[in-house]
Amino acid sequence: MSAEINASGERSTGRLPQGEAVRQNVAVRQRRGRVWEAVLFASTVVGIVILVMLAFNIVNDAFGGIAVQSVVEEEELTDGRQLEALSQQELVGILETNLRSRVLRNLERERPLAERSKEELIDIINQEIIKPEVVAIYPLSEFLFNRPAIEAELAEAFPRAELQFKSWLNWNFLTSPMSSNPLQAGIRTAILGTLSLLLLTILIAFPLGIGAAIYLEEYNSDKPFDERSPVGRWLNRAIQRTAGLIETNIYNLSGVPSIIYGILGLAIFVRALEPITSGAVFGANEGVTANGRTILSAALTMSLLVLPVVIISSQEAIRAVPSSLRQASYGLGATKWQTVWKIVLPNALPGILTGTILAISRAIGETAPLIVIGASTFIVTDPSGLFSKFTVLPLQIYNWTSRPQEEFRAIAAAAIIVLLILLLSLNAAAILLRNYLRSKRIST
Amino acid sequence: MTSATYDSKYAIETRDMHIYYGAFRAVKDVTFGIERNKITALIGPSGCGKSTVLRSFNRMNDLIPGARTEGEVLYHGQNLYGPDVDAVQVRREIGMVFQKPNPFPKSIYDNIAYGPRINGWKGSKAEMDELVERALRGAALWDEVKDDLKKSGLALSGGQQQRLCIARALAVEPEVILMDEPCSALDPISTLKIEELMFELRQNYTIVIVTHNMQQAARASDYTAFFLMDKDDRAGQLIEYDTTNNIFQNPKDKRTEEYISGRFG
Repeated sequence: MSAEINASGERSTGRLPQGEAVRQNVAVRQRRGRVWEAVLFASTVVGIVILVMLAFNIVNDAFGGIAVQSVVEEEELTDGRQLEALSQQELVGILETNLRSRVLRNLERERPLAERSKEELIDIINQEIIKPEVVAIYPLSEFLFNRPAIEAELAEAFPRAELQFKSWLNWNFLTSPMSSNPLQAGIRTAILGTLSLLLLTILIAFPLGIGAAIYLEEYNSDKPFDERSPVGRWLNRAIQRTAGLIETNIYNLSGVPSIIYGILGLAIFVRALEPITSGAVFGANEGVTANGRTILSAALTMSLLVLPVVIISSQEAIRAVPSSLRQASYGLGATKWQTVWKIVLPNALPGILTGTILAISRAIGETAPLIVIGASTFIVTDPSGLFSKFTVLPLQIYNWTSRPQEEFRAIAAAAIIVLLILLLSLNAAAILLRNYLRSKRIST
Repeated sequence: MTSATYDSKYAIETRDMHIYYGAFRAVKDVTFGIERNKITALIGPSGCGKSTVLRSFNRMNDLIPGARTEGEVLYHGQNLYGPDVDAVQVRREIGMVFQKPNPFPKSIYDNIAYGPRINGWKGSKAEMDELVERALRGAALWDEVKDDLKKSGLALSGGQQQRLCIARALAVEPEVILMDEPCSALDPISTLKIEELMFELRQNYTIVIVTHNMQQAARASDYTAFFLMDKDDRAGQLIEYDTTNNIFQNPKDKRTEEYISGRFG
């Protein structure tokens, strides 16, 4: 190959490698490429390792072992039989012999023991007599791989304790309200708060963001006033300058720390607009105690937070619609609005939805602005409307991780898993929706 | 806009037309008339303003920020750029086919039905079916697609897509069809089909076509307008306008002769 090149020496400037040097040069260039490939691979590996560590850490805390010790063992009460195997009269007998008379009188006054069902009696026995108590908890890795050491430690400190597997993430955890007892605490209130905040934020941010994006992309270059008069020219230029200024600021706003939005929300929605956001002007009385620190204020603040990203991603999606489609529409006698509504928007929708859902899914994880606007960290009642107090998952997690007891760390990890599943399913929904809309528009 | 009393052999007439993009004058001093039910070709080298002139006939230039047209473009004796004329109405009566086939990412049926629907179609579903068939037959596409009208317009071949775009333009029942290099993205066989189609359409429509392909102009047009950029101010101008036969066999201007004989451009 190189011989042919050399044969016509006149063609060569002598500045390019010839003969053997070509082979070497190519080898050097290929080697350089392989080095970069290795570097890129390494950075991917680092990323994956960090992700795995994160997942391990959470799972390690959310599952594991607990050592349960009872005040009185079940066997002692029943002579080695199961509570469930006893008759109703026997259960009542156990209660009468083991409870103090005052407690017993109170129970009888509520409803005579003889009239209560077996399950009810067993519950009372468990709560009042056996009183199981978690004396130690162990993360999953220790529970699985360090069993002998744990058992030795337990045997010394709590000889009667029983070691068992515990999943902190369970149905009870998902459906119970908040509690100061970590064994009974759940995240129902927080899940409902997060979901309603999400829905409200979408309802507010989606139309506003898309509307602004359409204006900035499609109508910004319009000249609504008469160009021939000086006043009209001045007005047109003023409108365009303002829109340009707004556009620049939207890009900057998308980088503003979320806590600043929280302060803005506190000043405007919680304080200044309190009569509206607390629902007082609409005659809603549940918001009176919330003083404007309602789910509505939070949704408005979150909408402000995500709006810049929604606008920018919608603008990009609108810009990506080929101008040949717009021209085709205009060429058939469509008005601007018809072209935007029937051609531009349907074609931009997959991109708009993906961008918007990704922006909003980021907002679900936000904690700082909600703390600033005064969301509740301890609340046991579910959100019931626009004007109710609320809490959200990240706040709950934040609250639990700041507690000293180990059990709270475990349920915080369980709540993190729930939050992550929620986020991932939102993102998955965004991708599926986009693929569905794309395939619908392009093929068949 | 259509006035019955106006009687002229021209569908479109321009008078002292100048087109500006911002401060730059792209086309200057164009005065000529497009005859009814004829095919008029606009030819010339790149940058000579022939596409700009074509787009001025249905005010597509309005979509370009800063573009403006001076002088008169008369359609049925009315200036298209008059103060009380809406560009939307102009485009409804003077349709356009673009250089690159640009069907909507919709079904073939919906591609055709889009125009009538946005223009206030009042007919029934059955009438719409009829209209779609008529438009597709008019564009010589019916036999190829009649069995899968639900198929996406983008699934067709390039030549079929361009005929779909022609059918789409026909569906709003225009009087004039402007074609901006409609065959430049097509293979020779598809090109031939479009040219045959143009001859068919001439019976009912006035066609103006911009083309880079001089054989196409010679083969497929009745009149030819030759445009050239003025070297001094870089503005395009009309050099010669005559029947296609005269332009190609007996050009009066030396520059026309040089261009058609392939000496420049």
